[in-house]
Amino acid sequence: MSDTMIALPLIDWLIEPLQYPFLVQAIWVSAFVGLVCAVLSCYITLKGWSLMGDAVSHAVVPGVVVAYALNIPFAIGAFLFGFGATVAIGYIKSKTRLKEDAVIGVVFTGFFAFGLVLVTKIPSNIDLFHILFGNVLGISQEDIIQTLIAGITTLVVILIRRKDLLLFCFDPNHAKAIGLNTQLMFYTLLSVLALTIVTALQTAGIILVIAMLVTPGSTAYLLTDRFDHMLGISIATSVFSCVGGTYLSYHFDVSTGGAIVVLLTVLFMVAMVFAPKYGILAQNSYRHQPIVDGTQGKG
Amino acid sequence: MPTITQTLDINVNNLSVTYSNAKLALYNASCTVEPGTITALVGPNGSGKSTLFKSIMGFLKPTQGQIKVGGLTVQKAQKKQLMAYVPQSDEVDWNFPVSVYDVVMMGRYGYMNLLRIPSSKDRRLVMESLERVDMTDFRHHQIGELSGGQKKRAFLARALAQEGKVILLDEPFTGVDVKTERRIIALLMQLRSEGHTILVSTHDLASISTFCDRTILLNKTILASGTTEETFTEENLSMTFDGLPMNIYQNSEVDS
Ligand SMILES: Nc1ncnc2c1ncn2[C@@H]1O[C@H](COP(=O)(O)OP(=O)(O)OP(=O)(O)O)[C@@H](O)[C@H]1O
Ligand SMILES: [Mg+2]
Repeated sequence: MSDTMIALPLIDWLIEPLQYPFLVQAIWVSAFVGLVCAVLSCYITLKGWSLMGDAVSHAVVPGVVVAYALNIPFAIGAFLFGFGATVAIGYIKSKTRLKEDAVIGVVFTGFFAFGLVLVTKIPSNIDLFHILFGNVLGISQEDIIQTLIAGITTLVVILIRRKDLLLFCFDPNHAKAIGLNTQLMFYTLLSVLALTIVTALQTAGIILVIAMLVTPGSTAYLLTDRFDHMLGISIATSVFSCVGGTYLSYHFDVSTGGAIVVLLTVLFMVAMVFAPKYGILAQNSYRHQPIVDGTQGKG
Repeated sequence: MPTITQTLDINVNNLSVTYSNAKLALYNASCTVEPGTITALVGPNGSGKSTLFKSIMGFLKPTQGQIKVGGLTVQKAQKKQLMAYVPQSDEVDWNFPVSVYDVVMMGRYGYMNLLRIPSSKDRRLVMESLERVDMTDFRHHQIGELSGGQKKRAFLARALAQEGKVILLDEPFTGVDVKTERRIIALLMQLRSEGHTILVSTHDLASISTFCDRTILLNKTILASGTTEETFTEENLSMTFDGLPMNIYQNSEVDS
């Protein structure tokens, strides 16, 4: 009896929003975005490109503004500027003695600032708030199509090149030694990074998109030693958070992007504490009972 | 299994490498690694052994000089899967979520189609390679869970799986126990008899004369090279390790 008493309100809570088409749409769009981000997240965290992701996400702002002003799809402007920023970073790094993090910092803040200047000067109906924080509940059909194209392109590229990209992240020298074009793979990974950010722009917004790119992969990395499992866990936590966050956002009238990232972060913290092998608790207990001769703890 | 029909040489011609911090790591290095031999590369720490390996593999862009492998450019040779490389161990992320089996399978990617789906031949060669370095039991371990010597063997297995006709090994004996060292030496001799050309850097001077046909002495440039018997002399070694004539060379090089 008591089970149904608890279950009924929950089912209600889940079903009630589904009567609104805009919400159904927001839910599946954010689930899709969660999927794309989760897949790329595994590569970005393993490659150590989190900061690069942050840079690209900020650098797209002027692209979005210019695209709206010229009346071309926002995704094209965003992609060009996001990718352009990474090329600029690579160029400046190779031509100066600056460290990479400094170059990244200079370039992305420069792009972002330029975007702010543009958005306040070019007359258009862009809502800066929506660019910065996302607006999946009010997403237009046009934007959905762009999101889908960018996301599906990303998924297809990664699906085809997944083994090579993983090798490139793990051991670029070996990739070169077997005759692969590592330069091409570098730019492939950068392009799908920029595309993923374009995909997530409408859902999470520029400020939070980096969380969708870093957190699912990091959570999964704490939970497993196998890449295929990592991919699965990353997708599961990300899609769950995106759908859950959209519900929370509707029921409690809070920011959608914010709710999604809060959920992602909570899952990360749970993994950080309770992960069977790399969690804080597990590491503490290893310390208390030392492994003898490596016979224990292998499994 | 005498599957290899032709043996390949490595020809290094007037090679100079400068790192981005303007540090001259190698200058005017010329040498030939004769086909079908095991050649030792000997020199003190910082003498440029790893730099020479990385240049031969095309990971570094030299400031001058050419490298040919069996008459081909490095890039062409790599496309044909002719060159395998076993790195000095600190070059990869050991926390990466891949197993030993996955790593060895990476040696086969160059033979697979675009999607890198292993054939039964690929799987068989991976298992054989693991067997040859005695790492079969560890194949499901994440690579970071291995000891230093086991890591070396895993990467050696990857080189075997790649079936490169030229194999470069950067310090395969460092941090390896005596038994494993003997096993690796036996394996290298076996590979030589199958027609592979092997260049191996090492700090274990005592073992060189037991298995290396030729020796190259290196300290920022090639100081001597030839058969182990004629090269591996007291005089040459003290020149290499005490750097006696080095100062002269280095000054004139830096000034010019
Ligand atoms: N990435 C780098 N950037 C700048 N200088 C470097 C770099 N790698 C090596 N060097 C310098 O180049 C020189 C040659 O280094 P290398 O690693 O080739 O020596 P090695 O002979 O392999 O030494 P070891 O026996 O310690 O492995 C050293 O003086 C080193 O400081
Ligand atoms: Mg070295």
